[in-house]
Amino acid sequence: MTAALDILLTASLWAAVLRIATPLIFGTLGALICERSGVLNLGIEGIMTLGAMVGWLTVYQGGDLWTGLLAAAAAGAAFGLLHAALTVPLGLSQHVTGLGITLFSSSLTYFVFRLSVPVSSTPPTIEPFRPLAIPGLSDLPFLGEALFQQTAPTYLALAATAAVAWLLARTPLGLAVRMAGENPHAVEAQGLDPIRIRIGAVVAGSALMGLGGAFLTTAAFNSFFPTMIQGRGWVCIALVVFSSWKPGKALFGALLFALFDAYQLRLQHVVEGAVPYQLFLMVPYVLSILALVVMSRRARVPQALMQPYRRGER
Amino acid sequence: MQFVRRSHVPTRLLIAAPLAAVAVSLALSGLLIAAAGADPFEAYWKMLVGAFGSRLSITETLTRTTPLILTGLAAAVAFRARLWNIGAEGQFFVGALAVAALAHGVLAGTPAIVGTPLLLVAGAAAGALLLLVPLALRLRFGVDEVVTTLLLNFVVLLFVGMMIEGPLKDPMAFGWPQSVPVPGGLMLPKLVPRSRLTIGLLIALAAALAVAFVQARTVFGFEARAAGLAPRAAAFAGVSLPRTLVAVACLSGALAGLAGAVEVLSVKGFVTKDLSPGYGYSGIVVAMLAGLNPIGVVAGALFVGIVFVGADGMSRALGVPSFIADVIVAISLLSMLVALLFTSYEVRR
Repeated sequence: MTAALDILLTASLWAAVLRIATPLIFGTLGALICERSGVLNLGIEGIMTLGAMVGWLTVYQGGDLWTGLLAAAAAGAAFGLLHAALTVPLGLSQHVTGLGITLFSSSLTYFVFRLSVPVSSTPPTIEPFRPLAIPGLSDLPFLGEALFQQTAPTYLALAATAAVAWLLARTPLGLAVRMAGENPHAVEAQGLDPIRIRIGAVVAGSALMGLGGAFLTTAAFNSFFPTMIQGRGWVCIALVVFSSWKPGKALFGALLFALFDAYQLRLQHVVEGAVPYQLFLMVPYVLSILALVVMSRRARVPQALMQPYRRGER
Repeated sequence: MQFVRRSHVPTRLLIAAPLAAVAVSLALSGLLIAAAGADPFEAYWKMLVGAFGSRLSITETLTRTTPLILTGLAAAVAFRARLWNIGAEGQFFVGALAVAALAHGVLAGTPAIVGTPLLLVAGAAAGALLLLVPLALRLRFGVDEVVTTLLLNFVVLLFVGMMIEGPLKDPMAFGWPQSVPVPGGLMLPKLVPRSRLTIGLLIALAAALAVAFVQARTVFGFEARAAGLAPRAAAFAGVSLPRTLVAVACLSGALAGLAGAVEVLSVKGFVTKDLSPGYGYSGIVVAMLAGLNPIGVVAGALFVGIVFVGADGMSRALGVPSFIADVIVAISLLSMLVALLFTSYEVRR
């Protein structure tokens, strides 16, 4: 029992929490931006897979790590544009289109990966982001190891959370995005084009999703394998509801979720053999469902979420 | 540019739309095949040969089509009532697992004439029960079922792993994680001798006819469609939305569970984690290609079955990665969505 509690006092657990949370932070922020503008993006699972592969492949082909991240974001944006083109001006069902984007981008990802990398028993690797110790702060006892020795994309995710929160809450652009998700007719009455705003939001959000995937291959691991996203995208969709569509709470949700995940990994070793390991692996998914149940009643959904906007139609 | 809803949809458009979608997806995928260094026309020819070139390949294609018809129906009946059941993959696996557990336990000694139908019913019931969980969450707490049904797929797959490495593990499988086999006598009878094709295909076809009948001719079918098209008006007209959705969920989950049961009783006789190469997800594509029409589902399933079986042969012959099959299927889904838009709307300037 104490062994189970002692885990909570290790700095390595908390360092792992930030690491595990990073792709979730990117993905949740991305999904949140899309949904705030009124578009549900179920392409996230596939877009994260694509970002993971594109980021990795760019570096494998000789690009540097930052170029890899940029390429992953661009690939994410491109598929976001496809989702937006089908759902915003054409008004197709966001559920089904999103699933189609996931199927398309993940299968295209595997296809391109197979074409560009020869089949081998050990997957080829790249030199990933190294932990970046922040001078001064990283020497702090406990906190230094837990918080200030992360890789650059993790710091980027934290900065992105602040940036998105500020953009959405404090800028005219953010107001326009939020209005597009609440009442697109009011946006048009202001002389703005809700269709463009929604497309822009989906493209930007999908770029963040691509980054979330790329973190896995360029910082957390150093190779790509097809099953690596493992439902993280769907978890992000659940986290958006958990966060009531607020970036700050999204960060909190991602960290909380990562805490459970990091904790169950370590707990597995403590109780090894006593409990089937699959039960531990189920925890993240069951937690996501529970989070949805708890938060769904309180959360205020963007009023025009999933409603296609057609000019002159009410 | 403006979209105006058509008051009447011509039948030829309804038939032309899926064909156009398939043509577009084959053309686009042809570019990828060319990028892989193969001739697209040769590739598609090899695909057809791979799917129909021999007696064995024909029965394999139909074997692959069978679960796709059932999962396609599962998606079609649910989507028609705007119940977004994305969990057919999980329901497929609980159906399969129920069969493996009961065939080894309770029903082990029963004669096939009683045992096999009971196994099919049990698989269907397990699938239905699984879908009732997310539906209850939607009705009780307002939780969107898209994410919950998706997440349950992961939970179920882990549960399957737990069972086939634990209580249901086959001790004779040299340590491979697979369930104890169904006694040979309880397996579905073969439709074609010396092949893997069983009367499961007939069960799937019968299910398509039954669903078509229910949707066209019964009050429940009408209520389910009304619930999807105009929930408020339906409620006003006295249709109980929760009750209708529960019935739809039972039907949808049962069809997906039945797919899993039929697959176990036709192909392997035991459950492994790769029993389904994504039949649940492909079922969504099948349903959309069919425009949610139950008879169309049979054609959609056949198309996806041809692509999957044919791509294996094509991949072996030309060295194009077999992932191309998933790409073709995914692009056809997207182009079908666009095609459906043009069947229900007219474009005016």
